[in-house]
Amino acid sequence: MTARPRRLIRGTALVGALALALTACSSADDGGSGGEAVDTASVLEEGGEITVWAWEPTLEGVVEDFEAAYPNVTVNLENVGTGNDQYTALQNAIAAGDGVPDVAQVEYYAVPQFAISESLADLSGLGASELDGTFTTGPWGSVRSGEGIYGLPMDSGPMALFYNEEVFTEVGVEVPTTWDEYLEAARAIHEADPDAYIANDTGDAGFTTSMIWQAGGQPYAVDGTDVTVDFAGDEGTSTFAAVWQQLIDEELLAPVSSWSDEWYQGLGDGSIATLTIGAWMPANLESGVPAGAGKWRVAEMPQWEAGQHATAENGGSSLAVPAAGANPELAYAFVEYATAGDGVQTRIDGGAFPATTADLESDEFRGKEFEYFGGQQVNEVLADSAANVVEGWQYLPFQVYANSIFNDTVGQAYVSGTTLTDGLAAWQEQSVAYGNDQGFTVSE
Amino acid sequence: MSAPTPALAAATTGPSPRRPAPRLRTPRRGGGSRARRSPLLTVLTALVGIYALVPLAWLVVNATKTQGDLFSSFGLWFGDSFALWDNIQATLAYDDGVFGRWFANTVLYVVVGAGGATFLAVLGGYALAKFDFPGKRAVFAVVIGAVAVPGTALAVPTFLMFSQMGLTNTPWAVIVPSLISPFGLYLMWTFAAEAIPGELLEAARIDGAGEFRTFFRVSLPLLAPGIVTVLLFTTVATWNNYFLPLIMLRDSTWYPLTLGLNAWNAQAATAGGEAIFNLVITGALLTILPLVVAFLFLQRFWQSGLAAGSVKE
Repeated sequence: MTARPRRLIRGTALVGALALALTACSSADDGGSGGEAVDTASVLEEGGEITVWAWEPTLEGVVEDFEAAYPNVTVNLENVGTGNDQYTALQNAIAAGDGVPDVAQVEYYAVPQFAISESLADLSGLGASELDGTFTTGPWGSVRSGEGIYGLPMDSGPMALFYNEEVFTEVGVEVPTTWDEYLEAARAIHEADPDAYIANDTGDAGFTTSMIWQAGGQPYAVDGTDVTVDFAGDEGTSTFAAVWQQLIDEELLAPVSSWSDEWYQGLGDGSIATLTIGAWMPANLESGVPAGAGKWRVAEMPQWEAGQHATAENGGSSLAVPAAGANPELAYAFVEYATAGDGVQTRIDGGAFPATTADLESDEFRGKEFEYFGGQQVNEVLADSAANVVEGWQYLPFQVYANSIFNDTVGQAYVSGTTLTDGLAAWQEQSVAYGNDQGFTVSE
Repeated sequence: MSAPTPALAAATTGPSPRRPAPRLRTPRRGGGSRARRSPLLTVLTALVGIYALVPLAWLVVNATKTQGDLFSSFGLWFGDSFALWDNIQATLAYDDGVFGRWFANTVLYVVVGAGGATFLAVLGGYALAKFDFPGKRAVFAVVIGAVAVPGTALAVPTFLMFSQMGLTNTPWAVIVPSLISPFGLYLMWTFAAEAIPGELLEAARIDGAGEFRTFFRVSLPLLAPGIVTVLLFTTVATWNNYFLPLIMLRDSTWYPLTLGLNAWNAQAATAGGEAIFNLVITGALLTILPLVVAFLFLQRFWQSGLAAGSVKE
């Protein structure tokens, strides 16, 4: 309750007339939104029923608050599976033309795939185009394609280096600030304890593309249905591959897959010393790695060149409105509430990492002390990372498929004599072939 | 379960009132004494036994641990904590007690789906075994063909058909496909052909019994062991059904346990999701308990059922 006036002011300053119409909807209608945009206030007043497919846990609280604020609206929040499971369900529903949700959670890497098949509604006409500047550049770039806006950023994953301070103290190594130092630290940690590794990696598509992104690489270029996939000639890719290949060759990476039981175990017992991962990780550490409490800290992710401050996004998802949904206006009103309106604070309180610049810049957010991280003001590091995301990255319009074949191609570098470069070449070849089969014009 | 031990062989004679039981035991004794002396067979059986039981032991042991203990203690032995009761309580209470709802859903799908499938298989199998009608060979071909088609291959077409009918995201989407068990039908067919002497039916007819009376009063008791076998198969299949509900259901309040537990497990692998490994493990233990009970309770009928089919008249 007390948060309301403050949010109203912040929202007004940064979001503009539309956010005012939303957050101040209980007061008089200000009529400030443009002619073509949805009059959110009256849509919410009229009410109705919408179905939301999402697996993000803090949305439950958002839905409760939303229904309390707008009693005429009923929101059915359904968790139909995480990531790929949900996309399969969504594609099935769209193909069947029945049971399509009004709102769906779609990860940034998957947005182009649904956008280009015209499965998602373009929200720019509904008022999303007025939200320019509300969100940080990485996520905002990820939901846009050409002139269209195919979702509103719900959370973001600017990357940072999460590290187990205890391990570094025991081994007597400085926390790395560049990837060269990271390589040195990896050697020192593994030498001190053969069971300990600086990180785990068995081949992860999201991580690899994010690392290339940070290195300034742009292996993917998308212009409508003209697509370019070029790892071989991409400078960022070769920068990444050169360092990472050494980590693989010297067996300095724990052969443990992320999110597995062994992974959680390794994060707790110190055998996996760092994670270069998205800003949503604190909540996962707190609930999944109780043994690591007090040991973990967060720092800026290592740089490719000393003195730089470049980061990338890893993970994160948007709320999109499927084109076949029955009530796009009400759906948009909910999406806006959850991603740019009052819902944001509810989600932050629940441990989510927002994509809204206003919140990332607020003292309250940045100053929060995390007991798990020894009282460190973690959000400060993470929010700075969000501001330093390298611009211009694009995902493929068939990235869901490309990621699904990552382990058969690039993943080979982790288990056999294949090099990362060879693996990436194979990945490129298969992605190009698939893209052409799907009717894209793909060049290398 | 598969290797008949002497103890189980003895048990087969217990509940079965069938006359040829002694004949059944005689050859088995001869064969059994040779098998008992084979160290290789003993070792193999032991290995298979361990292979089958270790995961179960792991599940029981780890359901007693807290989440922290799960990762810090040895997997096949107890940790510092004994949190079984806490875990069970937390499992039943988590997310407003949705586990209980999933449990009830699963029971519903099993009672209606597996029960219905068994009922239909008994009716169909009996008819195919004991009545002659045109097209019987075609039915046979269809049934054999249906046994060969994996359910997974039919899932997506079934989904598209059901969504045309407006049945997706309802319990019917899970129950209706479960009602059809080609394998159960085939089993009942062969079982009925063996277990019910045609002379018996003729005698009943001559005595003036109608077809329904003959079926319920004469045939059904003879079919009991076969019915239990089919019931066990369909129960296990429905209880473990994962793929069909996965594509049919969106509303988590209609999830069966398999889908619900998977959703809980997936939480740990998503940004901001709460990791609840201890609840997933405890939930898995609670999920298999009814199946274990069903097997222990029904296996004596099953055993005699297998014996009945093998006896010459």
